[in-house]
Amino acid sequence: MATITAQTGTERVNYLNVRTTVASWLLTLDHKRIGILYLLGITFFFFLGSLAAATIRLELATPKGDLLSSDTYNKMFTIHGVLMIFFFLIPSIPASFGNFVLPMMIGARDVAFPRLNLLSWYFFMIGGMLATIALLKGGIDTGWTFYTPYSSAFAKGEVSLAIVGVFLAGFSSIFTGINFLVTIHKMRAPGMTWFRLPLFVWAMYATSLIQVLGTPVVAITLLLVAVERSFGIGIFDPNRGGDPILFQHLFWFYSHPAVYIMILPAMGVISEVIATFSRRRVFGYHFVAFSSLAIAIIGFLVWGHHMFSTGQSIYASILFSFLTFLVAIPSAIKTFNWMATIWKGRVHWEAPLIYALGFLGLFVIGGLTGLHLGSLATDVHLTDTYFVVAHFHYVMVGGATMGYMAALHYWWPKMTGRMYPQSWAKLAALMVFVGFNLTFFPQFILGYMGMPRRYHSYPEEWWALNLLSSAGASILGLGYLLPAVYLVWSLKYGRIAEKNPWGARGLEWEAVDTLPHPHNFERTPIVTRPAYDYAHPEEPTAIFPAPRPAYVGGGGKDG
Amino acid sequence: MSVREAELHLIEHGREVPHLGEQYETIEQQNDAYTIGMWAFIVQEVLFFGGLFAGYAVYRFKYLYEFVAAHHTLSVVFGALNTFVLLVSSYTMARAVRAAMRQQHKEQFKYLLWTIFFASIFMVNKYFEYSAKYHHQLIPNQSYSAEEVIHHNHLKVENGMVDLGARKVSLEEFTGRTKLFFSFYFIMTGLHGLHVLVGIIVLAILAVRAYSDYIRKIPHADYMPVEMVGLYWHFVDIVWIFLFPLLYLMGGQ
Repeated sequence: MATITAQTGTERVNYLNVRTTVASWLLTLDHKRIGILYLLGITFFFFLGSLAAATIRLELATPKGDLLSSDTYNKMFTIHGVLMIFFFLIPSIPASFGNFVLPMMIGARDVAFPRLNLLSWYFFMIGGMLATIALLKGGIDTGWTFYTPYSSAFAKGEVSLAIVGVFLAGFSSIFTGINFLVTIHKMRAPGMTWFRLPLFVWAMYATSLIQVLGTPVVAITLLLVAVERSFGIGIFDPNRGGDPILFQHLFWFYSHPAVYIMILPAMGVISEVIATFSRRRVFGYHFVAFSSLAIAIIGFLVWGHHMFSTGQSIYASILFSFLTFLVAIPSAIKTFNWMATIWKGRVHWEAPLIYALGFLGLFVIGGLTGLHLGSLATDVHLTDTYFVVAHFHYVMVGGATMGYMAALHYWWPKMTGRMYPQSWAKLAALMVFVGFNLTFFPQFILGYMGMPRRYHSYPEEWWALNLLSSAGASILGLGYLLPAVYLVWSLKYGRIAEKNPWGARGLEWEAVDTLPHPHNFERTPIVTRPAYDYAHPEEPTAIFPAPRPAYVGGGGKDG
Repeated sequence: MSVREAELHLIEHGREVPHLGEQYETIEQQNDAYTIGMWAFIVQEVLFFGGLFAGYAVYRFKYLYEFVAAHHTLSVVFGALNTFVLLVSSYTMARAVRAAMRQQHKEQFKYLLWTIFFASIFMVNKYFEYSAKYHHQLIPNQSYSAEEVIHHNHLKVENGMVDLGARKVSLEEFTGRTKLFFSFYFIMTGLHGLHVLVGIIVLAILAVRAYSDYIRKIPHADYMPVEMVGLYWHFVDIVWIFLFPLLYLMGGQ
C-alpha cells in the first residue's frame, strides 16, 4: 500500500495526487490505480481490435475480395477476435471497474491481495504484448478459436507465441477471480451482509467463479496445442491417433462460460445504473442476485451447443440444447426485473441510463437469437453463417460493451473527479445504438440467407445488406470515437464532480469522496442499510462511529 | 508454546504485529483471506490438471490395449519409491507447519530442509526415469519408436501388423497410439515435476526466512506462508497419488 504523504496545502489527499511519479503508478498496490492501469491497457487493445474490424467491414463493402487477399483477411479476423475476446471483453469490466469500485462498494480499504492484483495486470500486459507481436510478425490465421488440427499441424506463423500471450492473459484473469472471491468473502465491512451487497458485487462473484473454474482448462488446452506444434505429439491430430474434437470440448468448456465472464459484469453494471437513475431499489433483488449464480452454474453445462454439427452424439446434443434453453430463464428474470425497476421509477435520463437502455434492447435480441442457435434443427442451417456472427455481436458488443460504456459513464466522475458533457454522451449512446443495429441486424438476414462467415468475398446478391452493414459500422465507429474525445476533454475542462453527482445510493457514492482517498474510507464504515435504499433517502447506507469498530467476520451476524 | 497460545497472542496483539496487511482489520481476517485464496488457487490447479486427466481418460478408453502395453515399460519400482518419498515429504511439511504455528523457528527450519531433501530425491528419480525413456527412444518427438514397447511386451509383429492378442493393429497405428501414451506421460509428470520444482524454490525461501527468524529470535513470525505452502505441497503430493496408479499401476485386460 502506498503510504500517505503529508497533505499538501489546500488540496485533499486523494488516490491520484498522493504520489505522482511513474514508478508510483507502475508499482502501485492501490486497487483504484490498478483499475485505471487496466482501463488504459484495455482501451489500447480495443482500439487495435477495432482497426481490424474496420478493415474487415471495408473489405466486405464490395462483393469482390479486392482490398485484402483471403490470407490477409483471415489474419485480420483473427487479430480482431483474439484481441477483442482475450484482451478487451474478458478483462473489460471486472479488471477495470471491478477493481476500482468493488472494494469501495463493500466498505473495504483494498482487495484482499493487492500484490496479486498488480501481478495480474503485468500478466495481462505482457500477454497482450506477446499476442500483438505475434499478430504483427506476419500474423496468424487460425481464428480466435485455434481449432485443431489446423492450428496444431498446418497453420504457419507465430501461433505458439499468440498462445503464450493468451495463456498469460488467462492467468491474469484467474488471479483477478481469486482476488475478488476472497475480497467479497472476507473484506466486507461490518454490517455488509450478503443481501445488502449491491448487485454488481453479486455479478462479480459469479464472474469470478467462472474465471477460477473455467480458465485453467483453456490454459492447459492451448498449452497442449503449443506443445503439439513444437514436438509433434499428436494429441489433437487424427493422423497420429489424436482427436480434434477433444480440443473443441476442452476449448468450449471454458469458452462458452467465458461468454458469461463478459456479460455477467455488464449485467451487474446495468443493475446499478438502472436502480440509480430510476431512484428505485432493483425489483426482485434476490432473484437478480441468484440469477447471476444460476447463469454461472448452468453456463458450465452447455458447451456442446457449439458442436452440434461436429458429429457429436445426438443424445448429447439434445441434452446440451435443453440446458442451453435453461440459461434463458435467469437471463429473462434479470431483464424483466430491470424493466419492472424502471416501471414506476422516477427516471432521470442521464447518459449512463441511455447506454443501459441500449443494453436492454440489444441484449434481448442477442439473447433470443441465441435460442435459434441452441435449437438443433435451426442450428444445423445456421452454423458458421453470419447469423452466428450477428448473434454473438449482439451479446458481446450490444450487451457487454454497452454495459462497459454504461459503467465508464457512470463511474467516470468518481474516477476522474470531472463531469463530461451530458448531451454529447447521450448523442454518442444513440449513435452506438443506431450504428450497431445497422451493422449487425442485416447480418442476421445474411446468415439466414446462408452467407458463411470468414470469407472475404461473396455473391453480388448480398451486396446491399453488406453495404448497409459496413455503413452502420462507420456510424458505430464514430459512436465509439466520440466518447474518447469528450471524456479526454472533460479531464481538463469538465465541471468538477461533487461527491455524489447522480444522487445514487451505495458506499462508493455516499461514503467515498470524489476523488477517493487512497484508503477509500478514512475509517471503516458500519453498514446499516441494504443496497438501493431509495425509499429512505434520509438514512445513510453506512455510518462512521469513532473509534474504529472491531471487525466482526465478513458480513456480521445480522443478516 | 502451544498452537492455541500462539494464536491467542496474535489475536490480542493483532494490530501490533508487523505482518498485518494495511487492508485488513484483524489478523484472523488476514489469515482467513489467505486460506480461502489458497484453496481457490488449488481448485484452479485441479482444473488445470483436470484437462489432462480428461484427455488421458478419453484416449485410454479409446486405445486400451496400446496404452496398457505402453504402460508396462514404466518402472513400478521407481514410481512406488517416488510415491513413498513424496508421502514422507508431506509428513515433514506437516511438521514444519506445526513448528511454524508454535513459533519454533529452528524446528521449522529443520523440517523445511527435510522436505526440500525429499522433494529433490523425487526429482533425481524422475531424472533417471526420463533418461531411461530417452535411451529407449520413448520421448514423444520425431525420433519416437515403439520398438521398446513391442520388445518389452514380447509382442509379435507380422506383415507390419502388431498382434495385441485381442486384436491386431498396423505398426504405424501402434506407434502413434503408444506415442500418445508417452505424450500424456511426459506432459502430466512433467507438469507435476514443474510444480515440485516451484515447491522446492518456495520452500527454500521459507527455510531462509525461518533461519533468519531463528537467528534474530523473532517471537511471533507469520506462520501463514508456511501453512499455505504446506497446502500447496500436499496438493502436489495428491496429484502424484492420482498419477501413480493411472500411469504405472492400472493394467486393464
